Amino acid sequence: MYDFTFHRPADVKKAAALLQSSEEVKLLAGGQTLIPTLKQRLAAPRNLVDLGAIEDLVGIERKGRNVVIGAMTHHATVAASAVVMKAIPALAELASHIGDPAVRNQGTIGGSIANNDPAADYPAACIGLGATIITSKRKIEADDFFTGLFETALEPDEIITQVSFPLPIRAGYAKFPNPASRYALVGVFVAERGKKEVRVAVTGAGESGVFRVPAMERALVKRFAPKSLEGVKVDANSLVSDLHAGAEYRAHLIGVMAQRAVEAAEK
Amino acid sequence: MPRMSLTVNGKAVSADVEARTLLVTLLREHLKLTGTHVGCDTSQCGACVVHVDGRAVKSCTMLALQADGARVLTIEGLAPEGGALHPMQEAFRTHHGLQCGYCTPGMIMTAIDLVNREGHELDEHTIRAGLEGNLCRCTGYHNIVKAIAAGASAMKGKRRAASAA
Repeated sequence: MYDFTFHRPADVKKAAALLQSSEEVKLLAGGQTLIPTLKQRLAAPRNLVDLGAIEDLVGIERKGRNVVIGAMTHHATVAASAVVMKAIPALAELASHIGDPAVRNQGTIGGSIANNDPAADYPAACIGLGATIITSKRKIEADDFFTGLFETALEPDEIITQVSFPLPIRAGYAKFPNPASRYALVGVFVAERGKKEVRVAVTGAGESGVFRVPAMERALVKRFAPKSLEGVKVDANSLVSDLHAGAEYRAHLIGVMAQRAVEAAEK
Repeated sequence: MPRMSLTVNGKAVSADVEARTLLVTLLREHLKLTGTHVGCDTSQCGACVVHVDGRAVKSCTMLALQADGARVLTIEGLAPEGGALHPMQEAFRTHHGLQCGYCTPGMIMTAIDLVNREGHELDEHTIRAGLEGNLCRCTGYHNIVKAIAAGASAMKGKRRAASAA
């Protein structure tokens, strides 16, 4: 790892000011992706701004029909939160299977979505539930937030402060994890948001990250049951093929995981 | 060089470190606490697990400066030197939960974190899921799982190591 100057601001305003005033600067959340990246010298920022001392960025609360989670809240905290388990159990379930226990104790929701790894779990929940990403500057709908592989709508001096998840009627998440990394080979988040709106969001398989499957959504609006997805095919052409799995296999897994996610939502 | 201070195993310490220093490097090379091991150095194996403010984390994937002001507990802090072992350490000894011993400090710190979160009655599934981030290349895990179940029950009523650090 190359050396850098380490900053530890006490509030979001100071962190944003550091982003504006520093050259070659990166934000550090939990560091579960960034630190390995620095160690491999795949990134070499001259300035690192640690968000770990900003208490306002941590916490979970129910606000009306939404669950609002602070950007620096650890995955383990979301997984064990009574508020999340009651309001959106699928979200707690998703958080409980990210990485491994030590990674969940240090990794954060804000870090995960800002990184937008194409195999990360949280982007699927954000798109599936129709979340709103709240930043130091504005509110961004999840649909507009994830713009491509490791790309988001965030501006260089913008910091995620909270993620707001509207309560669904029901939701479920199912993932087929890579057995070594626990990243999703395929993960599918299904949410019934209203009588006429179902969302199916897929992570781990798309060439440009998380995506929705309209054909499955239409089938589930008609009848919200695993059986409704029988015969609904996903085109393998736009899916990832790599050493972990081929595109055809991933396409098949999307069908299987989507059915399991619907089953989980029915419980 | 940035100066930092933290509490390690109940003792206040301070150190001058380069910003890029990892927590595990601070512990092993600056503070000479070599019980915490570096296995893979890529956050896969869990040999480097320590507790930071009561949470088990991989110290190879955390900067020392992120732990500025924190309470850190390492394997050395579980039992007084020459005194009785911590119940989880004793359980690993009794149940032969190690062979070469390289992964053991991380296994034990992870196991104690699991007890702190999940309680003293741990079934096999909970233990195996809790060990997802800890690799052992000797034992096949069987005796580690037995040791953790026994250690969890033996910890009942004893002081919680993580909260005492």
